[in-house]
Amino acid sequence: MDTKELEKKANNIREDLIEMLTEAKSGHSAGSLGMVDVLTALYFGGIVKHDPKKPKWEERDMVVISNAHICPVWYAALAHAGYFPVEELKTLRKLGSRLQGHPSRFTVPGIETSGGSLAQGLSIACGMAYSFNKLDKKNNWVWALTSDGEHDEGQMWEAAMFAGKNKLFNITQIMDRNNIQIDGYTEDVMPLEPIKGKYEAFGWHVMEVDGHNMEEIIDACNKSKAIFEKPSLIIAHTIPGKGVDFIEWKYSWHGRTPNSEEEKNALKQLRTLGGKIKSEDD
Amino acid sequence: MNLVKNLYQKEKLEQLPTRDGYGHGLVELGKKNPNIVVLGADLTGSTRCNWFRDEFPDRFIQVGIAEQNMMGIAAGLALTGKVPFASTYSVFCPGRNWDQIRISVAYNKTNVKFTGAHAGVSVGADGATHQGLEDIAITRCLPNVTVLAPCDSVETQKATMAAGEMEGPVYLRFAREATPVFTTEKTPFRIGEAQVFRKGKDVSVIACGPIVYEALLAADELEKEGIDVRVINNPSIKPIDEEKIIEAAEQTGAIVTGEDHQMMGGLGSAVAEVLGKNSPVPIEMVAVKDRFGESGEPDELMKEFGLVAKDIKEAIKKVIKRK
Repeated sequence: MDTKELEKKANNIREDLIEMLTEAKSGHSAGSLGMVDVLTALYFGGIVKHDPKKPKWEERDMVVISNAHICPVWYAALAHAGYFPVEELKTLRKLGSRLQGHPSRFTVPGIETSGGSLAQGLSIACGMAYSFNKLDKKNNWVWALTSDGEHDEGQMWEAAMFAGKNKLFNITQIMDRNNIQIDGYTEDVMPLEPIKGKYEAFGWHVMEVDGHNMEEIIDACNKSKAIFEKPSLIIAHTIPGKGVDFIEWKYSWHGRTPNSEEEKNALKQLRTLGGKIKSEDD
Repeated sequence: MNLVKNLYQKEKLEQLPTRDGYGHGLVELGKKNPNIVVLGADLTGSTRCNWFRDEFPDRFIQVGIAEQNMMGIAAGLALTGKVPFASTYSVFCPGRNWDQIRISVAYNKTNVKFTGAHAGVSVGADGATHQGLEDIAITRCLPNVTVLAPCDSVETQKATMAAGEMEGPVYLRFAREATPVFTTEKTPFRIGEAQVFRKGKDVSVIACGPIVYEALLAADELEKEGIDVRVINNPSIKPIDEEKIIEAAEQTGAIVTGEDHQMMGGLGSAVAEVLGKNSPVPIEMVAVKDRFGESGEPDELMKEFGLVAKDIKEAIKKVIKRK
């Protein structure tokens, strides 16, 4: 897909997200909307090596989402990629649905590891990367998506140290730097900066991108695959709630969902934006 | 049951720590299966993982003093086809990293084996902080997790092998001190099975770990007093051998449990859960009674905490009166 097509895909995923979250009546809106562009770039921009028809393909890359509460965007991206029917997205969080509130690897094809308790994903990604690179001498890549807020957890830094020690260059961590967590702005709750300096000190190669700019995201992902000396971190600066003005920037939207009025408003905004992308394309 | 000769002459038996069996089991597994990987958290020697490390340096992963990360790495290894054994003391694993075990291993049903060495007050001089007394309780409550507490180094080796050969999360519990080696290569071991180590009809002792030997001593001594004690070794705490436990209750009418673990939530509780709904009989539990451990010689501590043959004898007499 070219950039325009990717932007359109991202917009469609945002529309689905609004409908899913409204229907579910609970879930994490801001983080999910904020990471749409990154997930779209990964799955549709030729970054992640995968095959929806063969979810267990041995040569596939691994995608781990450590801040697993943003799974609505993961589900939407996987459905659009063809892992399961898009219509199923509206069963999110319902009794008996495959789409659990936090992801289970047993129900959804394309989900490599169940998760939901913060900071565990980066360690799991380290184990996978060690296995591919050190034990099996294989080239499978590990894409670990994390959040800024979960870096409050000590386990993140244990994992960062381990990846640095072992020079696990086959991990690319993409951190959702959206500056919010449940109780407020990250720098008020527990300051994380300087993130770049910290990770560099732990032996990582660090890049920073606009997390809503497809070209920047794709460039950085490709660059990370050319770094053979150390693991890479891409700090994706994102706007929580991106695309819906009344959600953008608001930490109060970390864990709430739109009501039906808000849904209409949000979809109107997204459809207008979608129209804009389309008309520019014509 | 193919136990050693001179079973009741403690001084004639070889004494080895159960963790030695883990070390031997890992090396044997490593030779059989190239996917076996061992993770150490700065306690490589005292968990006997150094034997595996020396034999298979490329398959030993040093994670440093980071038990939470260790479980995540183990899960990641398992998700890519490896069979990881994450090894440290029971106070740290499952003590410190329980949430990682719950989500990355148990809920995720990853093929991770994790060990709690230095369990029980028998750890000795290190004292309360290093004596894991809650590990059985906090692992057996987790869905998908198998919990094993073998009774001597020979059985520990078998348990380690069995853990490595089965699919799914397994917790293995060991002790620090050298204790009598009283089972042999020929003693049966199967996950999910208890074994009658001594037949008896008046009362049954169901125990796990090195305390099983104390139960045998107690039974031998009570024979002179005309009490016929059945001794059941129960290394598989989960899944538990309901059949043999119910049979013991129905045939002997009274049960004593024995373990170097808190009374709450341990083997005694597991046995009571089985009997409460199937065949309620009087139960006495020989276990640590809601207190932390302390420093001392292992032998002194086992006496102080009421975990030796004498205490088992008293519990037997008490439970028989309640029949």
